[in-house]
Amino acid sequence: MKDRYANRKYLIMALVLVAALILIARLFYIQIIDKTYRVSAANNALRPVMQYPARGLIYDRNGELIVYNQAAYDLLVIPIQTSAFDTSRFNEILGISMDDFRERMKGAVSYSRRTPSVFMKMISSETYALLQEEMYRFPGFYVQARTLRKYTRPVAAHLLGYVGEVDNKLLARDRYYRSGDYIGVSGIEKSYEEELRGTKGVNIFLVDVHNNIKGSYADGRYDTIAIPGTNLWSTIDISLQEYGEKLMQNKTGSIVVIEPATGEILTLVTSPSYDPNLLVGRIRSENFSLLQADTVKPLFDRALMASYPPGSTFKIMNGLIGLQENVIHPSSLFSCSNGYHAGSLTVGCHTHNSPLDLQEAVAQSCNAWFCNAFRNILENQRYGSVQDAFDQWREYLVAFGFGNKLGIDLPNELPGFIPTRSYYDRYYGKDRWKALTIISLAIGQGEIGATPLQMANMAAIIANRGSFYIPHVVKRVGDNGSPSPLYMQKYITGISPENFEPVIEGMEGAVNGGSGSTARGARLDSIIICGKTGTAQNPHGKDHSIFVAFAPRENPQIAIAVYVENAGFGSTFAAPIASLMIEEYLTGQVRRKYLEDYVLKTVITPDAKEQ
Amino acid sequence: MQKSSNILGRIDWVTVMLWLAMMIMGWLNIYAAVYNEQHTSIFDLSQRYGKQLLWIGAAIVLAVFVLVTDNKFYFFFAWVFYGFFLFLLLMVLIIGKEINGAKAWFEIGSFSLQPSEFAKFATGLALASFLNMQRQSSGLRVMVPATAIIMAPAVLIALQPDMGSVITYFAFFVVLYREGMSIWVFVSVIMAVLLFLLSLILGNLPVAIGLVVMAAIALLVTSGYRLTLKASVIMAVTGGIAFFTGHYLLDLDTAVIITLAVVLGGIVYAWYIYRLRLRGPAIVYVFLLGGLLYLLTVDYVFHNVIQPHQQTRINIMLGIEDDPFGEGYNLNQSLISIGSGGVTGKGYLNGTQTKFKFVPEQSTDFIFCTVGEEWGFIGSVVVIGLFVWLLLRLLMLAERQRTTFVRAYGYGVFGLILVHFFINIGMTIGVVPVIGIPLPFFSYGGSSLWGFTLLLFVFLRLDAGRTDYLG
Repeated sequence: MKDRYANRKYLIMALVLVAALILIARLFYIQIIDKTYRVSAANNALRPVMQYPARGLIYDRNGELIVYNQAAYDLLVIPIQTSAFDTSRFNEILGISMDDFRERMKGAVSYSRRTPSVFMKMISSETYALLQEEMYRFPGFYVQARTLRKYTRPVAAHLLGYVGEVDNKLLARDRYYRSGDYIGVSGIEKSYEEELRGTKGVNIFLVDVHNNIKGSYADGRYDTIAIPGTNLWSTIDISLQEYGEKLMQNKTGSIVVIEPATGEILTLVTSPSYDPNLLVGRIRSENFSLLQADTVKPLFDRALMASYPPGSTFKIMNGLIGLQENVIHPSSLFSCSNGYHAGSLTVGCHTHNSPLDLQEAVAQSCNAWFCNAFRNILENQRYGSVQDAFDQWREYLVAFGFGNKLGIDLPNELPGFIPTRSYYDRYYGKDRWKALTIISLAIGQGEIGATPLQMANMAAIIANRGSFYIPHVVKRVGDNGSPSPLYMQKYITGISPENFEPVIEGMEGAVNGGSGSTARGARLDSIIICGKTGTAQNPHGKDHSIFVAFAPRENPQIAIAVYVENAGFGSTFAAPIASLMIEEYLTGQVRRKYLEDYVLKTVITPDAKEQ
Repeated sequence: MQKSSNILGRIDWVTVMLWLAMMIMGWLNIYAAVYNEQHTSIFDLSQRYGKQLLWIGAAIVLAVFVLVTDNKFYFFFAWVFYGFFLFLLLMVLIIGKEINGAKAWFEIGSFSLQPSEFAKFATGLALASFLNMQRQSSGLRVMVPATAIIMAPAVLIALQPDMGSVITYFAFFVVLYREGMSIWVFVSVIMAVLLFLLSLILGNLPVAIGLVVMAAIALLVTSGYRLTLKASVIMAVTGGIAFFTGHYLLDLDTAVIITLAVVLGGIVYAWYIYRLRLRGPAIVYVFLLGGLLYLLTVDYVFHNVIQPHQQTRINIMLGIEDDPFGEGYNLNQSLISIGSGGVTGKGYLNGTQTKFKFVPEQSTDFIFCTVGEEWGFIGSVVVIGLFVWLLLRLLMLAERQRTTFVRAYGYGVFGLILVHFFINIGMTIGVVPVIGIPLPFFSYGGSSLWGFTLLLFVFLRLDAGRTDYLG
């Protein structure tokens, strides 16, 4: 047998020896020559100390600081590095009992004997100072600096959100976080977590048996620097927010205020609320349970999540759609004899002059007028069937942001509800329903739900005569940042600007008109407010009071939606509250103290609805 | 009957002893790596050392089983094994369990098996069988199908994706080299891998310049300075032309411009080389141009074909992307633990660094950290010495075979152990990038231990029957 290549075995043999020599030479270097890897005393150990960056600050739209950080300290322990020490002195400093000490120590040991775990979270600066002096007596323990959130004013809790420890699910998914790290759990803290959190750093220290830090390991070659989080400028006017929360005290509901020209949210009130400082630091979990157990549901963000029937405020939408579809005209007259009658069906209405045109019908909130208009929309000959016309009607609503999440830069937003054709098909049978079957949609009742945010957005669209920017709560990310491009995109609704004028005329009349106008309580002498009241039927108790408005009529600065649960007619509470908010924002002070007192003194507790 | 009693006298006991010694030392280090005062019983099956004891027992059973089977079995069933494991590698992509981002495991009850560890054995057999069938030729007609045999399982494993295991398949090129693969193919493959890594680490331009410089040196060595000078002048002229048109008119990447210059230079130079039949300069030129074109292809493929997350993974592996809490930190911890071992080590069970669980996978891929820290330089050299002994022994055994089949298979076993040994220890001390492959017979894990035991003992069985007639 010929084996021409037998000599190649020598090269292969050489390969083995070269490989081994490379490894041995390298080992010789790192184990014998290079002293950086040699730790002098046998028990010396490396201690990685995380450098937690300060979370980004949050300012309001006028540059007022609303969220900042305060120093706090975590006490960590590496069980295997501990040895006998004066536990009674130790417990005295920390203010804990011996049992508590044993419990915590057991927890740390069961997590790991060799890696650091938190012995006590967020100890105060005073305790830290005491402890630091005697630290040499407690080997295996060390302190790591953290920051806690602080809020300059006790408001805007839902909007700002809170910070909590990362859960295990996220730990498994995201490499950035380590057990015990903090993360934004709700509100702006959550949606802007990546911007706010900054980048963690790590310092690796050499520690001797006496728990003294001997210095930086390898001259800090492996250390990384923490990069502080980015500051945010919110669109919120914190003074207006505070005023809004004050007006809503002792009431349940929500106020959403938007700057129409930009989609910036000025105020996002949900009531009842809580002091955001309650959900910070060691008291957080305890307070959270208390809030969670509270029957008035202070943790529920009504502004983004509550889906109410829009009531009469929805007549605006049907008016606009009717005009755009050319099935009604501003001068169309419909008569009303205490309601709308068609066969056995009756939709009641209050007593007023008859017949009315569009402007008067909006101002006086005539049910019959809008039932007629709605019927005209659905029975439009242009479409093959009521169902096709309904699809078209729904399309307009979707363009206004109803029935879907608007895409605000906050978590937990809900879409509200606008029924679809198939929804009714399932309910009544395929195509076996007509305009009269769903006539309650004409006046914003029935199978329809919108969040206060969506209603405020509707007000902003009317103020803009047909266009909007997605509502958002952050104006700038970073000192020279810009808003996300998402919020610079203008949306068009498909209703022509000229069709808004007659409806706005009616909304002006509702507030500033003569007798029969529904929202005269919202009237302001100096500024023309255009608004529409609404009353949402509430199967569980007294009706909800609703008001949407914008002001001034020309070049609007503010659009607002107010919901007050169980407060009855829209004109009773929602309208005055909106009016006060507009006055506060546009003039800088409220002159109508009598009205303010009337609102502030009213208490509408959920219990009231039982009556 | 006669055979199985004979076998005891004919198997290579030195190798068996080395195998046993490595498993025992491996186990001692696994015990140290996961040592914990609360669990000291070595039979504790909840701990890794307890389980490893079970794996070792099973490995011994497996070894005995292999030794008593007929050696013709492995010869005749080589392709069956190969087909079977290709099928398993395909199946694992479909029904496998994902661990650490790779779909590489079959889950059977509470145990997980990694088919890629056993596929190496089948690939080694198939490759050996194929080479055995060839009569003389060592040209392309042999080497291309042989390469395909190696790459088929490697591609399936790359889809898992388990790049560490894929890299180990390059070990089989040692077999091809020994069986006559052209040294130039070999050099090309090494160059291709080197160029790929270097272009990612350094970027295209320095590597392109480096290639040109190396070509100039090669030319100087093979053909003297007069020719080199002439070539340099031509290159300078074409380079100038390419630069002015490429840079100012077409706004091309500088690496592309260099390639253009080399192409132009080649056209000018071609008649000269052809007339004088200059073999040296021609080879140098082909390598230079091939290298440059390859470089541009790699760049394009990496940035336009490979997915971003895979790019990141490769970048982290190469240390381009900094990841202080990931690979970089691990390597650092590994270096500290080994470096702090000093000459004699800290003593068994007295290591401090590895115990902090700073080193990830310290009982599997980073087991050498425990060796380095607790046994020091002396212990490390002993372990390396054992591997060198085993490897040279395997070489000796392979070379004494009469058939290409057993020799080629033996070289496969040798190559795989060499690659695992060098890459695994190398990565813990920063000689090679961190690639997650185990240290044979040392690392914790049943699949790896059985895979290597199977590889080794099939070779020992074939070696014991070397006087028998095989196809």
